[in-house]
Amino acid sequence: MLTFTIRRLLLAIPTLLFIALVIFALLKLAPGDPTANVPLTVPPEVKAKMREALGLGQPNYIQFYKWLVQFFVIEPQIMIDHFFGTHFADGKLRVISWQWRGPVMDVVVQRLPQTLWVVGLSYVVGAMIAIPIGVISAYKQYSWFDQIGTFISMIGFSVPTFFTGLLLIVIFSVYLGWFPSIYDTTLVVNDWTSFVKQMKQIAMPVFVLALYNAAQISRFMRASMLDNLNQDYVRTARAKGLSEKVVVLVHVLRNSMIPVVTVIALGVPGVFGGAIITEQVFKVNGIGDMLIKAIEANDLPTVQTLTFIFAFLIVIFNLIADILYGILDPRIRYD
Amino acid sequence: MKMKTILMGAACAFAMAPAAFAERGSDGQLNIIYWQAPSTMNQYLSGGNKEQDAAALVNEPLARYDASGAIVPWLVDEVPTVENGGVSADLKTITWKLTEGLKWSDGTPVTSSDVKFTWEYCTDPDGGCASSNYFDGVASIDTPDERTAVIHFSEPKPFPYGPFVGASTPIIQKAQFENCVGAKAQECTTENFNPIGTGPFVVTDFRPNDVISFKANPNYRDPNKPAFATVTFKGGGDAQAAGRSVLETGEFDYAWNLQLSPDVLASMESAGKGTVIKGFGTSVERIMINLTDVSPDLGDERGTIKHPHPFLSDINVRKALSMAIDRALLTKIGYGETGKPTCNVLPAPAIYVSTANDSCLTQDIEGANKLLDDAGWVKGSDGIRAKDGVRLSVLYQTSTNAVRQKYQAAIKQWWNQIGVEVELRNISASVFFGSDPGSNDTFQKFFADVEMYTNNFNGTDPEGYMASWTCAQIPSPENQWQGNNMPRFCNDDYEALVKEMSVTGDINKRAELAKAMNDMLMQNYIILPITHRASVSARSNTLGGVDMNVWDSQMWNVADWTRAK
Repeated sequence: MLTFTIRRLLLAIPTLLFIALVIFALLKLAPGDPTANVPLTVPPEVKAKMREALGLGQPNYIQFYKWLVQFFVIEPQIMIDHFFGTHFADGKLRVISWQWRGPVMDVVVQRLPQTLWVVGLSYVVGAMIAIPIGVISAYKQYSWFDQIGTFISMIGFSVPTFFTGLLLIVIFSVYLGWFPSIYDTTLVVNDWTSFVKQMKQIAMPVFVLALYNAAQISRFMRASMLDNLNQDYVRTARAKGLSEKVVVLVHVLRNSMIPVVTVIALGVPGVFGGAIITEQVFKVNGIGDMLIKAIEANDLPTVQTLTFIFAFLIVIFNLIADILYGILDPRIRYD
Repeated sequence: MKMKTILMGAACAFAMAPAAFAERGSDGQLNIIYWQAPSTMNQYLSGGNKEQDAAALVNEPLARYDASGAIVPWLVDEVPTVENGGVSADLKTITWKLTEGLKWSDGTPVTSSDVKFTWEYCTDPDGGCASSNYFDGVASIDTPDERTAVIHFSEPKPFPYGPFVGASTPIIQKAQFENCVGAKAQECTTENFNPIGTGPFVVTDFRPNDVISFKANPNYRDPNKPAFATVTFKGGGDAQAAGRSVLETGEFDYAWNLQLSPDVLASMESAGKGTVIKGFGTSVERIMINLTDVSPDLGDERGTIKHPHPFLSDINVRKALSMAIDRALLTKIGYGETGKPTCNVLPAPAIYVSTANDSCLTQDIEGANKLLDDAGWVKGSDGIRAKDGVRLSVLYQTSTNAVRQKYQAAIKQWWNQIGVEVELRNISASVFFGSDPGSNDTFQKFFADVEMYTNNFNGTDPEGYMASWTCAQIPSPENQWQGNNMPRFCNDDYEALVKEMSVTGDINKRAELAKAMNDMLMQNYIILPITHRASVSARSNTLGGVDMNVWDSQMWNVADWTRAK
């Protein structure tokens, strides 16, 4: 198992480097101009100067090399400096955004809490709702509970979040006035009132995303339960005289969780990626919002850094899912 | 006795309380929403309107335009003119005298060296300053004493209010930015996010592309202002959500740039929480006509003046295209109350507006057909006109935007009615307005027959704007396709007018020249103006003191904003 993990980790390095190169090439090949959003009242020759000041004139391989050094050497040094008070990175140039002319990673750190609050919570809530629904739906297949569950998951699956989001805003913010329609990033949670306020402002986005996540996971859970319920070992367990509760919740559930856990693990990078659309609808200034704005503004360093972080997380969580597989199912051993 | 004094004092305090509304910070919190989020507080590095407005809370110019477009003194006691001796008779120097006792928000005095430094900062060739064109022609700045700054121009400047007037060129503090000049400007993150200013507010927390928190400036020159103690300047989302948050839910007090369809705005306003405010500046949605041939067969000479356009070089065709457009209907569909049909590319200020072209306001399909018939363009079996084997088939491009696509669809129909075939195309705004010389889809390269977009100019003086259509401004491979003269119009009479305006000081004479230039462009039908667009914002009904300004930043008088009781 250990050798497997090490081998996979080593293989990840060339994969990630290749991904970085592909992202860079794609961004370079795409048309666009970081000064496109500057008003037309600014003369073209001034815009040309602004582009030059951003370092756009340099050859591509130098720009790529600079990004590699900044991302893999200088940014980790900054992190070490931050935690241990050392001075490795003093005076070195970090990955700088073309929009705000400041370090990209500082803003990632600023944005991450919002994304984790909203998208992370919705994922947890979604999974917690989905598992019992999946179990009951499968156990009582074709009952009214199963039918309603299927109906709701179909809605959650097929209705896009920008529609449910707007619907909720119109109902709960405009007509009822219960929840704010715009997320307040400056809110500091330090007492009960601010906590209630925080809950209020995340209620709608969490609901929208939880519905979507729950729909997905509950379907997986149901299918996996159904596969196991008809297996021989279930009949054996019942024949031994075990109670129905033990049969379902210990024997069947545990075995059915194996594929579901993988699905959940593979979805985690998506949490960090933020839910681009939902963040836009509710004005949550998270990672997804940061990415979409950077794309609109042709802010190459930010797009490159963010997409690379997502790629990194996907590779890592794939590995984690594989390892979890082996732990949950003793039959699977990679060595 | 002592007790009595205390009681008297307390009584007085209570009696005074109602008058306390004029005190600094007494109105609490102000919430502003910009659906495009500011990414830096240093507008010199960005040039965007959103950054300019955010910075307007902190940094101020020497003089500004008020809501009527007049120049008003801001950090000075009076605006220098030739009459009061502030501008020299040869129009080559202007002398600004700072108001006495001005302080930066850190408590240090504002001096003329800060003014001079701002010029040096913005004109450094490696700095990439977005306002550097405002300092064109400035030869040097002298600072004879702490309060006096003398700007020397290399040539006479009939309109010397370019530098340090209006939202584009505020004064920054020398002490703070001294080490951020040139290439280092980009790296000074702390300075760029937390500028020290003279304005009514100071930044307490800046989060790029997200939210800015401000508090009242303790050293602001008027001890009773600003009325608000703190400001939250939220960015992000879309125009509709921003409008909703002010007009329907009342979460915010002021929303900027609400480009929404007229019915959406009206239904939001009917919720009764806020008011839509608008102001007509100089923005005109226009169609540019390409006078050059853009056929791909021409290779490197595509879209250059070496090859005139096969049919758009015929003025009758251009005129017919203009006559076929119903400007009033388009404006009504696209902008409602927030637009006016126009026949001028120079629609404001009032003194510069020509009335010579107003006949274009009425659509005349029949007349257009007749004009083309007379000019020898004959309809073929497919209904498309042709002459000598040249078919009237145009490629019509614009940026991707719901209103613009509505315009395109309607205009295509009308042009079809006069026998012109139309192919529509829309390009993502970031590509269309980008100036990547490698892309063939930019509005400057203009590899299409006609294109549509909005342009305007800052401030109230049209000299620079009218000079956009000179021969030197034609985008071409030689200048990497940079330039403002999209139609590639080149006319000696027009050049002469531009030259004359650059040396004319008298305002009425200048107005005449600007009108003549506008009329020449219009009567050559190289630009077809359609809609004069207003800036649209929304304010909460509880917010007082807002004075919508299209000539300067919308935040120009934020110090006077109050909470209406």
